Amino acid sequence: MSDTHAESVAFVRTEPVPSAPPPFQATGPVKWIRENLFANVPNTILTLVALYAIYVVLSAILPWIVNGIWNTDSLAECREILQGATGACFSVLTERWHQLLFGFTYPSELYWRPTLAFVLLFFAAAPVLFFDLPRKLLIFTALYPFIAYYLIWGGTIWVPIFALLGFAGGYLTYARFVTQSFAKGFFGGIAAAFLIWTLAGYITPLLAAENPAMAAVPSRDMGGFMLNMMLGVICVSLSLPIGIALALGRQSSMPLIKLVCVVFIEFVRGVPLITLLFVASVVLAYFFPPEASIDLILRVIIMITMFSSAYIAEVIRGGLAALPKGQYEAADSLGLDYPQAMRLIILPQALKISIPGIVNVAVGLFKDTTLVSVISMFDLVGMIRGPILASTEWNGVYWELFMFAALLFFVVCYGISQYSQWLERRLATDHR
Amino acid sequence: MTSISDPQQGSFRLSMLLNDTRYRSLTFQAIALFLLIVAFAYLGNNLVSNLRAAGLNISFDFLWSPAGYDINQRLIEYDSQSTNARAALVGILNTLLVAFLACVTATVFGVIAGVLRLSNNWLVRKLMSFYVEIFRNIPVLIWIIIIFTIMTAVLPAPSAFRGENPSSSMFLDSVAFTNRGIYVPAPVWGPGSGIVAVTFLASIVGIFAYRRYATKLLYDTGKLLPVLWPSLALLFVPTLVVFFALGQPIGLDIPELKGFNFSGGIKVGGPLIALWFALAIYTGAFIAENVRAGILSVSKGQTEAASALGLRPRRVMNLVVLPQALRVIIPPLISHYLNITKNSSLAIAVGYADVTATLGGITLNQTGRAIECVLLLMLFYLAISLSISAVMNVYNNATKLKER
Amino acid sequence: MKKSVFFGALTVAGIAATAAAAGTLDDVKARGKLNCGVTTGLAGFAAPDANGEWKGFDVDVCRAVAAAVLGDPTAVEFVPTTGKTRFTALASGEIDLLARNTTWTFSRDVDLKFDFVGVNYYDGQGFMVPKALGVSSAKELDGATVCIQTGTTTELNLADFFRANNISYEPVPIETNAEAQQQYLAGACDVYTTDASGLAATRATFEDPSAHALLPEIISKEPLGPLVRHGDNDWGDVARWTLNALIAAEEYGITSANIAELAQGTNNPEVNRILGTEGTLGEMLGLSADWANNAISAGGNYGEIFARNIGESTPIGLARGLNAQWTNGGLLYSPPFR
Repeated sequence: MSDTHAESVAFVRTEPVPSAPPPFQATGPVKWIRENLFANVPNTILTLVALYAIYVVLSAILPWIVNGIWNTDSLAECREILQGATGACFSVLTERWHQLLFGFTYPSELYWRPTLAFVLLFFAAAPVLFFDLPRKLLIFTALYPFIAYYLIWGGTIWVPIFALLGFAGGYLTYARFVTQSFAKGFFGGIAAAFLIWTLAGYITPLLAAENPAMAAVPSRDMGGFMLNMMLGVICVSLSLPIGIALALGRQSSMPLIKLVCVVFIEFVRGVPLITLLFVASVVLAYFFPPEASIDLILRVIIMITMFSSAYIAEVIRGGLAALPKGQYEAADSLGLDYPQAMRLIILPQALKISIPGIVNVAVGLFKDTTLVSVISMFDLVGMIRGPILASTEWNGVYWELFMFAALLFFVVCYGISQYSQWLERRLATDHR
Repeated sequence: MTSISDPQQGSFRLSMLLNDTRYRSLTFQAIALFLLIVAFAYLGNNLVSNLRAAGLNISFDFLWSPAGYDINQRLIEYDSQSTNARAALVGILNTLLVAFLACVTATVFGVIAGVLRLSNNWLVRKLMSFYVEIFRNIPVLIWIIIIFTIMTAVLPAPSAFRGENPSSSMFLDSVAFTNRGIYVPAPVWGPGSGIVAVTFLASIVGIFAYRRYATKLLYDTGKLLPVLWPSLALLFVPTLVVFFALGQPIGLDIPELKGFNFSGGIKVGGPLIALWFALAIYTGAFIAENVRAGILSVSKGQTEAASALGLRPRRVMNLVVLPQALRVIIPPLISHYLNITKNSSLAIAVGYADVTATLGGITLNQTGRAIECVLLLMLFYLAISLSISAVMNVYNNATKLKER
Repeated sequence: MKKSVFFGALTVAGIAATAAAAGTLDDVKARGKLNCGVTTGLAGFAAPDANGEWKGFDVDVCRAVAAAVLGDPTAVEFVPTTGKTRFTALASGEIDLLARNTTWTFSRDVDLKFDFVGVNYYDGQGFMVPKALGVSSAKELDGATVCIQTGTTTELNLADFFRANNISYEPVPIETNAEAQQQYLAGACDVYTTDASGLAATRATFEDPSAHALLPEIISKEPLGPLVRHGDNDWGDVARWTLNALIAAEEYGITSANIAELAQGTNNPEVNRILGTEGTLGEMLGLSADWANNAISAGGNYGEIFARNIGESTPIGLARGLNAQWTNGGLLYSPPFR
């Protein structure tokens, strides 16, 4: 064919013309900028407004940070050095960082203990958060609460050991009897655990060494960001089982149980956390015998746990409701009784779809732990608003401290919420 | 016909309470009831004996004794001789005020940020996700304190407006931004202003009537009437005409610097602004995420189908996307409103006189009636949230997709 | 519920429930620690320093009581309380003694069922204004914005003062002293009002203290003192006479420097009775004979405590004023030790 053309036409190109480079404005960064920043008039205006906003914020903050002073002993010295120029006085952080992180009464030579507990927290949490890790790591997760307790509070090692033994004994009893009947296993397990704990209550004082290897630190000495972390972790983990029980109770066919659960959940969700903390600080003490001397941190843990378990119960209820009805019917048709159906069929699926919601509740709760500063506990915000700003050296330093607090919370919460988003994407692949 | 025979009647044995599913639930409930009663009896007994030991009692008489303190932000008549109950009422109204303002503003922030997060503009998109992330991940208490601090540090004190060459001046000569609050002109209702107000209300009714008529016309005849411009005209023109015809009966009381403070006009106090703004911008970040999720939840096929029918983009948005997106957006939106109301109890951090600060704060401190005050406080919040949940349930039922 | 709470207490916080004892004194002795309620931070009166040690005027009262009862001034657990939590903490038994610059008022004594054991600081509510404002009397404050620290008697005094003088004001209630101060410095209030001692302490921390003036009016009487639960008179006596011992020690010239020497015996019978070398005062209180010796050795006598924490040589710089001994024209007057 081409031969004939070659004869009839004077010139034929045998290879294609090399494609011309696209116009300058349609390639590379310029194209990107045109498309993404200046596509049309409203877009251009938006871009300019955004750029101006960024400029205003940065021009105010950058000099302040760059001129920051890190090594003075008081705000007055900072002011002397700055001579009226804009600049931060970060020395408050270098001087008081340990108070911000650990509170002002935690013994400074023991800082490694909570730090180690914090690092171990990652290893303990990893198998729960990432399903791909070997399941054997869960053993460490189960041991973690006792290790962390021992590290943070110290004292005699027998307390966590007996607590662990109680749980182990309870579990063994449960495993022994659960094949016969769930109720038998469950209540038997609880009874065994309480038996061990009661015995331990008598034995521990005898075994306890006069000077334990780990010096005991009373709860009152906990403070700073450590207190926020502790409250967050303890209350979320305690509220998980309670939340599951409440969610199941709310779906129960027994009217009394259902009523109790509904009233509890709606009551707790209906009031602000701060009123519950008021209850912990000014009311709860009247409800216990005077000799029980339950200290403030424990009362706060009780109230925050109540608070978060109600929210977690609602999330789990959502998970239970999202399961197709066929799952329940399938479990019934297999002849499983209620505890078996829940344990083997329903809860594993319902919990899995509830995880992102639970993580969101956990983040919200962790942020809300700052409210304990209102009832005179020295958490991170309480440390700032109380002792540090009240001291003569640092009276008047606000920005540096609150930005530091904001930064700490941001790092933790952003990390957790990124995990939650990753998890949501991962779980979503099952459905599409 | 049936091959299954009923279990034998009348042979009730005690072991059936545990083993027979018909009776077992009764057993459980009886145990639960027993435990519940024991727990409450234990706590109640402790309460009574502790109170007796301390020589205290439970009594709400303090509500009717004079409060003795002043409140700077009040919507109703109140002075230091009013009762504690009235102080609590002032606080309740203040809580509702800040919650209402913050809900409206948070919705505006949230919708703007949520829509802009889907914008084509890269910079705006990134800025908005920066806003959302930074506000969602830092406790609201810290935000309230930071914003209150910014307000007092950045805005000028009223004294800066004084003197020959004041370092600050009023915006448009009528609005003063100070670190004690914003002073705006207040309307002065002269004779005849009632007629203006009635005209205004009448035109609002007129707008609704017009829109109904336009919809009816559209359904009956298919004829499309313009809605936006006539509505706007109805809103302003009659009122303005009456206003000028009656010789401008409504004047403005412009705030003036007198003594220590501005006087005249309406003062929006600094604590109120700080709390309002902090709650709005914090919750706005959450609402933005909901709005974005809501819009994304409407599948692209819906938009394309609507376009294929020949609808203009704005109508696609109004008639197809928004109604479906709202179904996803509104339930979490209402629970965010609930959160705003509950978070407004953090007012004590900035000295705003909400119910937590009056009833649960100063009254509690001065009378020492901790149990009574906290109880009343919780009941109030509970009533608010239960009524909001009731509204939410009504909405959910109304918009539920009718399925099998 | 009961069980789980107890086990929670036992295993989580490591707190053993102790058997109910007859009185606070026995409780404290059995516990080996005094639980003392203080503020969350007010420079000079009670604030933790950079090392986490509580320091201040009220703190030293706690330490003196601990020394008197337990012989050890460090055997104190300081419980920070807010204006809101302090009375419940005391009433519910969480703390044994509240030393949180609390004003002795009728209703707190009678209605709230507390016993004030004495007065350790005679205070009064005052006003601080910037000098630039040109105000010389509180009566010129018509229309001013006033910052108040909440949770005290301050709000009530302020309302009474302005009502009595028939002038108007705008209250701005602020939770903590530090925040109130920031509001005041930024000009968000014209006046800052709290106890005069607190004002002086606050002014001392300003960048330029000389730019601010305290107005002459003192609008209230604020006798600040430690308090205990009503009805536990043995414990109340211990706290009351510990405070009196500190005051009497200054009167009789017993200081932390010479106390060891004086405890050998002097020719002043009153000093001997205080220090336990004569008579059985300690036994009557249910304490050891050297209880007052321990209390005074802990931080010195009243004058030393005052001078170290809030006196004129400290940044707070308060003059003795009403808080001088009666012999110097002040109000401190300890009943006789006899």
